[in-house]
Amino acid sequence: MQGRNPAPPAPENVLERPLAPRRTLWQQFWTVFRQNRLAVIGLVCFLLFFLTAVAGLLLTSGNQPVLNPAVIRLQEKLRPPFAVPNLATLRPSEVPALGIYLLGTDELGRDVFARMLQGAWVSLTVGFVAVGISIVIGIFLGGIAGYYGQNVVRLDHVLMAVLLSAGFVLLALSPAWGAVLLLFGAIAAYGLLSGAGRTPPGRQPTVLSRFLHSKTLTIDTLIMRLVDIMLCFPTFFLILTVVALLPASIYNIMIVIGLTSWMGTTRFVRAEFLALREQDFVAAVRALGVGNLRIIFRHMMPNAVAPVLVSATLGIASAILTEAGLSFLGFGVPPPNATWGNILSDGQNYIFDAPWLTFIPGITILVVVLAFNLFGEGLRDALNPRLRER
Amino acid sequence: MISFIGRSAIQKVITLFFVSVVSFLIIHLAPGEPSQVDPMNPKFTPEMVERFRRQFHLDKPLYAQYLLFYKDLFTGRTVSWKDNQAVLKKIWDRFLNSLPLFVVGTILTWTLSFPVGIHSAIRRGSLFDRGSTLVAYFLISIPGFFFAYLLIILVVTNFQVPVIGMQTFGMGDASPVHLVMNRIWHLLLPSILGATGGIAILSRYVRSQMLEVEGQDYIRTARAKGLPPDDVHYRHALRNALLPFVTMFGLILPGLIGGSVIIESIFSWPGMGRMAYEAILARDYPVILTVNFISAVLVLIGTFISDLLYMVVDPRIRL
Repeated sequence: MQGRNPAPPAPENVLERPLAPRRTLWQQFWTVFRQNRLAVIGLVCFLLFFLTAVAGLLLTSGNQPVLNPAVIRLQEKLRPPFAVPNLATLRPSEVPALGIYLLGTDELGRDVFARMLQGAWVSLTVGFVAVGISIVIGIFLGGIAGYYGQNVVRLDHVLMAVLLSAGFVLLALSPAWGAVLLLFGAIAAYGLLSGAGRTPPGRQPTVLSRFLHSKTLTIDTLIMRLVDIMLCFPTFFLILTVVALLPASIYNIMIVIGLTSWMGTTRFVRAEFLALREQDFVAAVRALGVGNLRIIFRHMMPNAVAPVLVSATLGIASAILTEAGLSFLGFGVPPPNATWGNILSDGQNYIFDAPWLTFIPGITILVVVLAFNLFGEGLRDALNPRLRER
Repeated sequence: MISFIGRSAIQKVITLFFVSVVSFLIIHLAPGEPSQVDPMNPKFTPEMVERFRRQFHLDKPLYAQYLLFYKDLFTGRTVSWKDNQAVLKKIWDRFLNSLPLFVVGTILTWTLSFPVGIHSAIRRGSLFDRGSTLVAYFLISIPGFFFAYLLIILVVTNFQVPVIGMQTFGMGDASPVHLVMNRIWHLLLPSILGATGGIAILSRYVRSQMLEVEGQDYIRTARAKGLPPDDVHYRHALRNALLPFVTMFGLILPGLIGGSVIIESIFSWPGMGRMAYEAILARDYPVILTVNFISAVLVLIGTFISDLLYMVVDPRIRL
């Protein structure tokens, strides 16, 4: 760091320059993170997994994939890893591109290596999309609860919300009544937003408007009670129920996992925001007249993002595990797509005849999830300002 | 104190109401109907479907179904759509099956994770600490069913004992010792598997809590005034580190009804998790909703107890 300012500063400059060594946040983070060897290994595995997944997508999709995970060769079923294909029995289009079955074949003679590559991408997207959904919901609700939490919901707001939601529900049952309710709800919403019901200064508010403006509960209470409600559901059971009732699809699984795992993020973000909004720099920005949205996203969010990042990393790990568990119970990603979860659960029927069908996906899931967990924990330590000082 | 109890009781009842509404809506607004579960079955004539729908109020509007369902639930008259058994009795029977798993698993979790966590916090950075950290991460990261199969193969090939199911069939006239040993062997693996995640997470938590306390000023004071290390660790640090765990006794409660679906499926254990899973497959709404409702009640009671315990244990907290 000394190398950057070799010349001794001129005397008049001394007070204008920062005297502390200049280290960006990123450098600080990296010096702490590097010391945690397990976390670095986790990061390396994570990057490898990411590259594998992208390579898997490129190599196994399209009309003429290099490695076709869907080719069925019944005469070549349950071959062990590194087996050489029996070229005499295969049509030219069925010969694996690598010349050997790198990870063996499964009970239909499909190349496990190709299927694992395809599954890497699926697992990656399941993890990232599910966590993405939960992070977006968590940041949004947590941010509102933390920043606007003290604002009070008035009775007219509640009435409007009830009208609108009842309208939507009724719309499905009897369109006419639903439409009427929706119309009323929309009028109420318009009235509230444009401030039509506001009493002009100087005039006594009428009984009706005082009644409508009576305070019910704060936004913070509302959102945190919602979190409490969601926490009452047994998560895996809820996911299982919804996935079983909805038509089988990879998107449903991502969405359901995302919608049932945002509560932790919401709590983190709310706690961070509650602490941050009392800090001097936020007061200073507000005094400068900066808008609320800019304060939230430009000034507060970067300071609140650390715990979110950590819980996102750990969340991806648990989403991959959840997907594997669902596959095991038969509710995973439907068959044409290979995922590590369903390769593993299909392979279990052949655990004695073809142990590689169980061990390859099992150990891969273990390694990837372990990498995410180690990386996440390392991230937590490195982003913790109390540890950074050392 | 009393006002806290009253306030939180009201709050929890409101939460419970919303939970019941949400779970009811999730189940009933999902596409498909229980009367269509088996369209290929020739017995399911349109008249049958009609009778089925009328019998279980499926032809009524949604809010009426909701009221009828919870009226039945509170009077204990809910019956399963699949076999017409009383749901509460069914759940109770399965609950008794799951109970041993839960008890053994909880005992394992709490007796193993505390010594491990405390020890690795005191000897921070030692071989034991790093080893237990790595093992904990392994246990958190391994897919449960994969681990289950590994353990089954290991145990069955090395010890030659049966592990699947609750007990071996056809043991009618075996000696009592044999019967008990048989039950214990069957119990051991699923409860160990059920406990692994808990052990890993709890021991990590104990460790970090202990480390947090060991960094406090009063520990330095205790050490500075020349107390023996054991006194410092176990009398000054441990007592304070244990505070948050007292409250976790309340959080055990929801586990009573959880029962792992995956572990019970692997071991063919006729417990709660399996029953819930079969109910989901058969779209047996009363069973699904009742399990959900009871589990929500247990979660709420659990958090309530843990709040109370916190107040009793930690005099700094006055809610």
